[in-house]
Amino acid sequence: MIRFRSARLANSLLLPALSLTLLLSGCGGGASTSSTSGSGTGGSGSGGSGSSGGNVANVAINAGPSNVGTDLLYASVTICVPGSTTQCQTIDGLQVDTGSSGLRIVASAVTIPLTQQKDSSGNPIAECEEFADGETWGPVQIADVTIAGEKAASLPIQVIGSTAANVASVPQSCSNLGIINDDVNSLEANGILGVGNFIQDCGPSCAQPPNSGQNFGLYYNCGTNPCAITAEPVANQVANPVGFFATDNNGVIIQLPSLSAPAATLAGTLTFGIGTQSNNALSGQTVYTLDPNTGNISTTFKGTTFTNAAFLDSGSNGIYFLDATTTGMPVCTDASFFYCPASTQNFSATNTGANGATSTFNFSIGNADTLTNNTDSAIPNFGGPNPQTIDWGLPFFFGRTVYVAIAGKTAGSATGPYWAY
Amino acid sequence: MRSNSTSSFLLWTFPALSVLLAAFALPRPLSASLGGDATSVESDRAKMQASLQTTNKDRFTVHEMKSANNVTVREFVSPTGKVFGVAWQGPTRPDMQQLLGSYFDQFIQAAQKQKSQTKRRGQLSINEPGLVVHMSGHQRYFVGQAYIPQMLPSNVQAEEIR
Repeated sequence: MIRFRSARLANSLLLPALSLTLLLSGCGGGASTSSTSGSGTGGSGSGGSGSSGGNVANVAINAGPSNVGTDLLYASVTICVPGSTTQCQTIDGLQVDTGSSGLRIVASAVTIPLTQQKDSSGNPIAECEEFADGETWGPVQIADVTIAGEKAASLPIQVIGSTAANVASVPQSCSNLGIINDDVNSLEANGILGVGNFIQDCGPSCAQPPNSGQNFGLYYNCGTNPCAITAEPVANQVANPVGFFATDNNGVIIQLPSLSAPAATLAGTLTFGIGTQSNNALSGQTVYTLDPNTGNISTTFKGTTFTNAAFLDSGSNGIYFLDATTTGMPVCTDASFFYCPASTQNFSATNTGANGATSTFNFSIGNADTLTNNTDSAIPNFGGPNPQTIDWGLPFFFGRTVYVAIAGKTAGSATGPYWAY
Repeated sequence: MRSNSTSSFLLWTFPALSVLLAAFALPRPLSASLGGDATSVESDRAKMQASLQTTNKDRFTVHEMKSANNVTVREFVSPTGKVFGVAWQGPTRPDMQQLLGSYFDQFIQAAQKQKSQTKRRGQLSINEPGLVVHMSGHQRYFVGQAYIPQMLPSNVQAEEIR
């Protein structure tokens, strides 16, 4: 059966040993929250085992800070009070998400006094950020952010679930959008490292007047109680740290090894920059540019093309696509949101970018019950139904080198936004 | 929350006039959609400050609303005048409390249950006897559908709610 959290917690006696194993093996991110004050130079380490270059951070799939992560990819970053080299801490267990932009950290993991962002009248700014499965709420604060050897100075980030005065209460207009994910357990992470295809999480729409009908309503002025939707200048919005690195700021590359069977951990790399160093050039990968309206590509499966309805997303933990009828795979009897074929099913699909670039590839979906009937965190061929989009989640990244280029930036031979693999 | 019986009457009696009325209605909170009657379409449109286009199909009617910020909401109304399904797509998610109405609380509870008890991440898929909700997408692109299985008219497939 699909392992439910309560069943996994029943194994808690094993967890200290597991955590120790993870730390010793240096697979990084998330088995425990490490918060240290001290130097924020940060070049020697993301994920706990050092880095192979100034623009390379180590990342890993493991059980993460909630101890129940499955196919969630974690990294660590060092944050400092803006301008300080002493008020710093390294936070691991941050989920690497190519489906969003912006660094978000749960308040419980933040031990240094970050600077609260305020409007021109001195009122604190907070954000209700939308994800496909819920929202994160919390204040916008300013931090110097270092990952591997790269630094984004004075970056607006979101602190999730803060209990600070004025910004703690979730406005109804935010909770009306869905569930609020405000802690380590609901996020299964200490936060989210959004390294997607855009610099800001919202863009010009959120800078429009709140009653214009054009503002997405993500940013809030907390000078009132409850906080009220406000116009947030683009430059103040929570942003992808990569876009603010001094160099290597046009995108990222995620590299994960292939995986033939479930494993406790899977280590990989998150490389910054595309075509900016000897270690990050495009080398034969196909570039798929994104449809500007949706940020999607198209996928053709079994003769049907899902136009501008497909995307690559390291923040989704499975390949989520179509339904039991179309795929011919039954859903699990105990969990209708995963596929449970009797034996692993092999498929092919064709991805096509807005630029017309196209290629056909093979993928497999296994029995989710069988695949997760263990304590492993890295699961190949993990998937489930999803009737409206084709979500090439983290298992798609296994055995691939995936380039994620930022909108408007030249990255190698092409201009973002694009994916290449 | 209240319903507006006048606009309800007009919606039922004079479709063309009701579209005019919709075009000039002021935003105001009214009763919401899923499982409600067709009058709730107007309250959703007003809340979204959206345009409204109605398409009559053989087995159901689709009310499509598009807001200034490019969020599209489609509400599927049965021949008996009930909203049996809703679908949405856009760079931001619509107000789910408005859209799901009396089913919102069930949606929240089911979503929290899925979050706390299962491994699915990055998508939401609720499949309860009285409510189905799928939510997908990524930042700047959100899609979803919700419907009440028991209220689907005969010969209408769930896949058509999109």
